[in-house]
Amino acid sequence: MTTNIILAGVGGQGILTIAAIIDTAALKNNLFVKQAEVHGMSQRGGAVQSHVRISDKEIFSDLIPEGKADLILSVEPMESLRYLPFLKKDGWLITDSSPFINITDYPEKEALYKKINAIPNTILANATDIAKELGNSKAANIVLLGIASNLLSLSEESILDAITSLFNRKGQRVVDKNIEAFFKGKEIATEAAT
Amino acid sequence: MKKLLLGNEALAQGAIDSGLSGVYAYPGTPSTEITEYIQKSKIAKELGIHSQWSVNEKTAMEAALGMSYAGKKSMVVMKHVGLNVASDVFMNMSVSGINGGLVVVVADDPSMHSSQNEQDSRFYGKFAMVPILEPTNQQEAYDITRYAFSLSERFKLPVLLRLVTRLSHSRSVVETFERIAQNKLSFPESPTQFQLIPMRARGLYQDLLDNQKNIQESATNSPFNKLIEGTDIKLGIIAAGIAYNYVMENYQDTTCPHTIFKVSEYPLPKKQIKHLLDTCEQIIVFEDGYPFIEEMIGGFFNEDQKVIGRLTGHVNRTGELNPDIVGKALGFDIPKAQEIPAIVSGRPPELCTGCGHIDLFESINTLIPSIGKRRVFGDIGCSALGVLPPFNTIDTLIEMGASVTMAKGATDAGVENAIAIIGDSTFTHSGMTGLLDAIYEKTPLTVIISDNSAIAMTGAQDSTALGKIKQICLGLGIEEAHLKVIIPLQKNHESNVETIQNELDYEGVSVIISQRPCVQIPSEKKAQIRAFLKNCQN
Repeated sequence: MTTNIILAGVGGQGILTIAAIIDTAALKNNLFVKQAEVHGMSQRGGAVQSHVRISDKEIFSDLIPEGKADLILSVEPMESLRYLPFLKKDGWLITDSSPFINITDYPEKEALYKKINAIPNTILANATDIAKELGNSKAANIVLLGIASNLLSLSEESILDAITSLFNRKGQRVVDKNIEAFFKGKEIATEAAT
Repeated sequence: MKKLLLGNEALAQGAIDSGLSGVYAYPGTPSTEITEYIQKSKIAKELGIHSQWSVNEKTAMEAALGMSYAGKKSMVVMKHVGLNVASDVFMNMSVSGINGGLVVVVADDPSMHSSQNEQDSRFYGKFAMVPILEPTNQQEAYDITRYAFSLSERFKLPVLLRLVTRLSHSRSVVETFERIAQNKLSFPESPTQFQLIPMRARGLYQDLLDNQKNIQESATNSPFNKLIEGTDIKLGIIAAGIAYNYVMENYQDTTCPHTIFKVSEYPLPKKQIKHLLDTCEQIIVFEDGYPFIEEMIGGFFNEDQKVIGRLTGHVNRTGELNPDIVGKALGFDIPKAQEIPAIVSGRPPELCTGCGHIDLFESINTLIPSIGKRRVFGDIGCSALGVLPPFNTIDTLIEMGASVTMAKGATDAGVENAIAIIGDSTFTHSGMTGLLDAIYEKTPLTVIISDNSAIAMTGAQDSTALGKIKQICLGLGIEEAHLKVIIPLQKNHESNVETIQNELDYEGVSVIISQRPCVQIPSEKKAQIRAFLKNCQN
């Protein structure tokens, strides 16, 4: 089975941290991984995305075909919609509701949320605020990872291991805060499912 | 050992494990991470592998050739347009040949993600008549690099290794193997091999021509070229490099009924191509970049469309390939994807908050109503973002160094108040020579060097220009009275506008250095840079 994930955001928002955790966890599960990312000009505040593919068999294309993404995981609400052509009919769209506004024609927030909520499988959560409440505003992406974790076909243990190994050099406190953020995300996913 | 590596990193590891003694490069997306990987590698440091940035791709390639002359294995790395800069030495070192293995790595950028064109480096490889290698995936990027060095030493020729953005910047697991030893210092066997005076060059050129049958034979038997026979003779498939992945993606759940020829080593092997032409009714070519193979085997008119691809409209003429484009061309029913909702606005790249270029553009924009529009000549790098709103300051952007020389040519044509804006690293890469032209002729021109003490666009790499710009300009002949340094900050706006106005009024060449370190440089390093610059001034 192949799980196709589009990670979306704005250059500098750190979507590659999420990608690194998924990659590391997938390798611990002995899965094949391909992860295409954006370097260069777009990293300067432009729209960026990463295609992450994990599978139990060989993966050929570095890019996910259109309509084949199981999940769009976005750290910015408008960016989540930019990759809609990739989403499977029954795929999930999970996004932070906190907008990153660096353009003059950013859409009206309510209209944007309405559009996002119109997608059948959606979780729109203010991961940025949740992370702030947990005392680590940088952990919004880990909250989102927590929300999406059940869709990744990765064991929870492997994800926690990956979070630990990624943040280890920043000290135990940062590791704990990120694990807390991950579980908070899981809680939100459970609430959304009920 | 298994590692999760970018295509670029896999290639770099492959080079280290091939017994590399030096990498020479100028940063350029999508190639930058190759050299950075070697710069950060502990083992590369232990082995004393040279990995400092060069001033430009030409100096880099020449240095790599020098290392090869001395018998050691070297590599030179650049983006596709960098090969234009280095093409002089590239074309001539194929005639001289090499001594120690020399691999030229060029990363093409189909779809122009971070470039001004999508030129295909395979044409340069064919032009120089050297072997070309084009890996399909990350593992092959590693393996093919090792193979490239052995090929180079076997044929005594430089080998062109072509990457594309999508492979450069995609990660997968790569298995690495035992490291091959570095070469010892040794001069070329023949004392005349590197003496390209006409009487020697004629013989060496003949050697290159004679060598063609050998490199053709190598490609024919290459472990990286693969012919997979099929049963459906209606169509044969040629898939070059990464395009092979997109073909296979479409046949994941079935067996491909068509014969596929996967190409990763050139010159294009005649044997397999002939086999395809003889056994298949039609051949479709998938290649990222230009229709290089298609044009070669389709013939001048290709009236019966025996060969189809980008030229015949069966595949998009421009832009990188993807599984959907390839799937559609193979006749798969690809359902129409959902549209991007109209509510989504474009989000182009922009200058960072607090960037010094912003303050400079604002100062120039203040002057535009009085000096006139359409006379600001720009250059490659972050400052190129001055062509976009909200600034709309810069009117031209062509290639590295063109700001200075285009401003000169326009001035020669009668344009007044021409301004050239060029970054510090772009200036040392290709701006200095043009400035000398202007100084030589006393062209009334104002050159603004927007000096952020880094090669910023590619990730704030160290610039060889650091602390030297002023001395370089004085050395070239800029009068001290017309070499000004300004600090692009809001509080200096008025005085900066005045300085630029004064220099525009001067009937000769002026240089204004607009100096403030890139905001992406870590604060610790920024302090070092400031101290260094201060030291340079004293």
